[in-house]
Order: sequence, then C-alpha cells, then structure tokens
Amino acid sequence: MTQSFPEEVLEHVFSFLTSHTDRNAVSLVSKSWYDTERWCRDHVFIGNCYAVNPRVLTRRFKEVKAVELKGKPHFADFNLVPEGWGGCVDPWIVEMGRVYSGLEEIRLKRMEVTDEGLEMVAKGFGKLKVLVLASCDGFSTDGLAAVAANCRNLRVLDLRECEVEELSCHWLSHFPDSFTLLESLNIACLSSEVSFSALERLVSRSPNLKTLKLNRTVPLEKLSTLLQRAPQLVEFGTGAYSAEGLDAYSSLAEAFSGCKKLKSLSGFWDVIPAYLPAVYSVCSQLTSLNLSYATTQSPDLSKIISHCHNLQRLVVLDYIEDTGLETVATSCKDLKELVVFPSDPYVADANVPLTEQGLVSVSQGCTKLHSVLYFCRQMSNSALVSISKNRPNITCFRLCILEPRSPDYLTLEPLDTGFGSIVENCKQLTRLSMSGLLTDRVFEYIGKHAKKLDMLSIAFAGDTDLGLHYILSGCDSLRKLEIRDCPFGDKALLANASKLETMRSLWMSSCFVSFGACKLLGQKMPRLNVEVIDERENLNSIPENVPVEKVYIYRTVCGQRFDMPDFVRIMGKDKADVYNLS
Amino acid sequence: MSSEISNITSEPPNTDAVTVGSLNINDTELTLGLPGESRKLVAKRRFSVITDLKLGGNHRSDSIITKNSPSKEQLVGWPPVRSYRKNMTKSDCKYVKVAVDGAPYLRKVGLELYSGYQQLMCAFEDLFSCLAIKNVSNEMKLMDPVNGTEYVPTYEDKDGDWMLVGDVPWKMFVESCKRIRLMKNSEAINGSGMHNSQIFETTF
Repeated sequence: MTQSFPEEVLEHVFSFLTSHTDRNAVSLVSKSWYDTERWCRDHVFIGNCYAVNPRVLTRRFKEVKAVELKGKPHFADFNLVPEGWGGCVDPWIVEMGRVYSGLEEIRLKRMEVTDEGLEMVAKGFGKLKVLVLASCDGFSTDGLAAVAANCRNLRVLDLRECEVEELSCHWLSHFPDSFTLLESLNIACLSSEVSFSALERLVSRSPNLKTLKLNRTVPLEKLSTLLQRAPQLVEFGTGAYSAEGLDAYSSLAEAFSGCKKLKSLSGFWDVIPAYLPAVYSVCSQLTSLNLSYATTQSPDLSKIISHCHNLQRLVVLDYIEDTGLETVATSCKDLKELVVFPSDPYVADANVPLTEQGLVSVSQGCTKLHSVLYFCRQMSNSALVSISKNRPNITCFRLCILEPRSPDYLTLEPLDTGFGSIVENCKQLTRLSMSGLLTDRVFEYIGKHAKKLDMLSIAFAGDTDLGLHYILSGCDSLRKLEIRDCPFGDKALLANASKLETMRSLWMSSCFVSFGACKLLGQKMPRLNVEVIDERENLNSIPENVPVEKVYIYRTVCGQRFDMPDFVRIMGKDKADVYNLS
Repeated sequence: MSSEISNITSEPPNTDAVTVGSLNINDTELTLGLPGESRKLVAKRRFSVITDLKLGGNHRSDSIITKNSPSKEQLVGWPPVRSYRKNMTKSDCKYVKVAVDGAPYLRKVGLELYSGYQQLMCAFEDLFSCLAIKNVSNEMKLMDPVNGTEYVPTYEDKDGDWMLVGDVPWKMFVESCKRIRLMKNSEAINGSGMHNSQIFETTF
C-alpha cells in the first residue's frame, strides 16, 4: 500500500500536534508515520527516566529542542525514597550534548543534578534558553555560577523547590554585564543570602523580566527598589515580608501600584500583617496568590483575599480557617484551584478552626473549582457527598486528613461512601489522593466509576487484596499508582500483572508484597522492572515470603539499570535470579 | 484473567488496624471515645497509630504495617508535606494566648507581628469580632457595643504578675508578656494597684 501523503505534508500536519500523547499515538499508526513523526518531533517528554535510556532517546529523535525528564517517584517528596536511589541526569546530559547541539529547553523533575552536569549543560548547549529544575538536588551554587557565566541565551532559570548546596552568594554575579535576556528567575528555594547588588543589577538590565521569585533573605525594605526597576513583572515572589516599624510601607505600596501587569504573588515569609495592605492595589489583578508561608491569622488573610476578585489559584495555610474560606467562596468567583496546607502537621490538636466546612463552602461558592489539595483534621461522608454534588467538574481531588484512618467524625463510619460519591459524581476526575478510614468498599467504587483516573494515591487504607484488585482491574486510565501502609499483597499484584505494563509506575511501601512475588513478577514480565528497595541487612537470607519494605514497578524498554545502590534490586531478571552482587 | 480473579479471596486481615480518634496512647484502659473528646486532654499529643487493640493498650505491637510502630514518634513521610513545610508554626515568633472573659475559646497572637499597642488593639478587634476599640484618651479599652461591657487588656508577665497592657514600652511588653486576658471592667481596678496578682482570679 503506498502512502497517500508525501512526507512533507505529513510533517506539516504533525506540526500542529503539540501534546506528546497525541504524538505518541500518531507514531503508532504505521511504520511510515512512526518514521516521519520521529524526524520532526522536537519536544520530548520522558515521564520516567528509567523507562528508556539516553541512547534510546538520541537514536529515535534527531533534532530535539526541548526535553522534559522526570526521575524519582513522587513519594520521594516525603522522604520515602532513600538517598542515592538514582535518577541522576548526568548520563542524559552527556548523550544529549553529543547529539542535540541545538537544545534550547531542559526541564527536570525529581532528578539528581550535579555541578559537573550543570557545567556540561552550560558549555554544551550554547542555545539553551530554558532551564527548569523542579524538586532536584545534588548541585551547588557553583553549578549555578557555571550556568550564569556560560548560557548566553538563557531566558528562564527556575529552581523550583530544589535543595541547593549554597557555597557562595555571588553566583548571580556570574551573569555577564552584557546579559540582558532574562525573562524568568526563581530562587525562592535558596535559604542563604544572595548578593543583593548583583540581583539589583541583573533586574535592572533585564527589560523582559516577567517572573521574579526571591528567596526569604531578601528584606522587605529592598522590595520597592526591585519593583521600581521591574514594573513590568507578571509574577513576583517576595522575600521575608516583615520589617521593624512601618517606614518602608509607603514606598512599598507605591512600588506595587506601579506594577500594572502583576498577576501572581507569592513569598510572604514571616508576614507582618501591617504590611499586607501594601499589595491591595494589585489584588484585583491577581490570578494567583500563594500565602502558604504567611503565618498570620484568618482576619488578615481574609482581608487581602477579599480584594482578589479575579483569583484563580489560592495556596494558603490552615490559618485561613473556615471563616476565611467563606470569604474565598464569596469573593473569588473565578477560583479554579485551592490548596490548604497544615500549619502544624504533627500535632493532633492544633486548635485551628479549619474543618471540612471550609472546603464545602468553597465548593458551593466557587463554581469553577476543579483542583483541590486540602489538609484538615476531620471529615465526614456527608461533606464529601456535598462537595461532589456541588462540584462535579472537579478533576483533581487530594484530601489529607492528618490522623491516619480517621473515620467520619460524625458517624464514626469509614469514609467509603464519601469518596465513592466523589468518583461517581466527578466523572472527569484524573487525580485522587485519599485518606481517613477506608475499607475495600471504596476501592470497589473507584474501580467501578473512576474511568478517567490517571493518578491515585492511597495510604493506610483497605482491608484485603480485593482493594488493590478493584483498582487494577477497574481503572482503565490509571497510569500512576502509589500506595503506602495498606494490607495489599501478592495476589492482586500477580493477578493483574499485565495491567502494570499499561501504567507508568506502581509504588508500594509498607504493604504485604513478598520477595517471592516480586521475583515472580519480574520473571514473568520482561518489560517491567520490579525494583525492591529495602535497606535491611542480610537481604539474601530473608525468606521469600517476607514482605519487602518498598517495591517500585515500572515499564521499561531497556531492562536493568546499572546505577543501582546496594539497597535496590531488580527482581527476576536473571535466570538464576541472583540478587544484585556487590 | 477471570480464572486468576477467583484466586482472590477475602482474607481476614493480618492485624486489626484501627485508630480511635486521637486516643492518648498512654491510656492503659481502652475506650472507644468520640474523636472530639480527646480535645479535653490538656497535653498535646503526637500522632499515634494504634495497630493492634488486642494487645490491650500495649503500643509496641508486632504489626507489619507500621513495623517501627511509631507510637509517639512521627510516621515517616506522613503527613505528606515537603520537609520545608514541616514547621510553619512561627518558630521565629512569640505567640501568646489571649482569653476574653466570658468567651469559650482562646486565640493566639504573635506579639512580634505588631509594632505597637495600637496595632495590637486592632488585632484584638479582628480576633474577637464582637469587640470594638473604645478610644478614651490614653486608656486602652475594648467594648462590646451590644451590651456596653468594657474589657480591659491585661497580661501576665514573666514574674507571674498581672499588669495592665500599655504601661511599659512596647518592646519590654513583648519580651515579658506570657499571656493576655481581656478582663471585664467590673473586675478591674481603675488606676494603680494592678500590680499585685492577688486581686484577680486567674481561672482559665
């Protein structure tokens, strides 16, 4: 059968496909479409760096301009992945440096990045425009200095929630005086001082600067200077928002009022409430407000929020209380995303009046709400049912009741029906995190109704393997499943082995999955890596029926990885199933 | 696939994994109390996961689920917040409790958040929405407009003495104040004589 379109036409058609899922689908149509597509894909997304390897990438795609790579599993954010597990980006940089000289954008998430790697980036990719490091670690300010000194075309340097070894405050000075292209700088994660004069000079010579997120050490008194130099800012993150006395107030208020394009505010560490009104002039412009470091009381928070009529995204601490969330419900009619973090996560009784009622109020008042991350201390089935009925348009629902296995506080029953109502009514739900007392029944509901669910996080839930089986057999769209401290074992896992190949990854820790089952799964499923992560001594002498500490299962086209530390074993790959010899 | 499904049976769970609200793990008697009751306990408790009630209050269970059985310790990675968010309670700031006579709840104020007495009074107005500042020369008072009751801010200092708020320079007040009580005026004595604690019943 001859191809109906010439390649150039196909390429042109494909150029309209920007989503990688569409591109992936297109590449599966036929061999010729696969070949055409691979020659013209220039943005590559790799959701699990171990699903492929650098050579697989460079063999398939030839002219890549933008790469996005993710490394560690999500639970690494909560210290569940031991240090040294892997996810180092250096081999990728070496290989891409060899082939992709025109690379313009690098986005990394949860990867280990070294200073050597950053130097290679700085010297190997002269056209680099965007460097985003999200939740990465392993590098220091020396690596940043190399980037600053060498990346002549850099527009975006975004260190989002990274852990950086801060050796020097002068790395910013390494941007040459002739460098004027900066559009976005996010250094909020740095805990040490950066040279303010270098920062000020950099801001002054960056007319295209749209995003500036400072770190905590930049004092409030200096903010007006920066804002005056960059009134074109769209996103601004303050440093510590406090000062002795009120002298800095009027110049700060004036500086904010000059920022006519400002849409997003964040920072606000150590807030002194008297300084909050300085931002009132921009509140009505704001679409995003992050007050999650503002340890100030509900009335102060409510006041500023009540001015933000166009807010779409709000991140705040539970100091906002139910009353503050009522203000949100009445004032922020365009709200799409709500995040409420706990101020005192480890105390059972922090006496903060934030309950399920706050979330119910927002679900009633904010008709566009589709994404929720909510930490609280009590929940009821009736509240969850109300929320699901108020907001069937919810696509992301993450609820964390702080005490594990908390029942419905009104009826003392499990929260099965409440979460069941969420999955039944919110038909577009793609992400769900659950907490509280939950039996196998909730998983039955999820398997039955959550057909669009892409990512599910479960903790301290369920009774038997049936729970896991319902999920794996019912959730057609499931790609990421992470489970901790649930009584799920071998049976459901082995019975649903083929499902695992349709998913990006499965994480199970502190469950009942045995060594033997992991080995069997690894043997039966060559395209899965079954990584047992276990820090106990004498692993070789532990009987096969004993549960592993953690298992991370992911599909891969390149089998074993070779950078494993001694507490990681990939099970079932060798005929004799010899454990990782070291 | 369906033949594999039949292998899955509902097994009895290995342990009875139950928490009962926020039960104080030191209690040796088992009570199925309502979650709210735990609030009566004065001491703050860390999280506990009672993994096996059959062991009769013995918090060192053999549960596999939480093999470290962190009864008084924190569970690793729970709650799921990033480590830089873990201690948001104003470690830098001095917080004191504020009680209002006749009100059933306490609030807290971070004294270091304010730069003077006037701001502190405004904060009281915000925290206790039924009260309004009553401006009488240099006296600092709050009033409930509904019934005309006046409240005088007082505080307990480092020596255990109850003083009128406003008498000492602001910074000295911030440093020495341990807690604040908005006292109904009928109990307060006008003018001097406030410095001896015997005058007041300091029941909270």
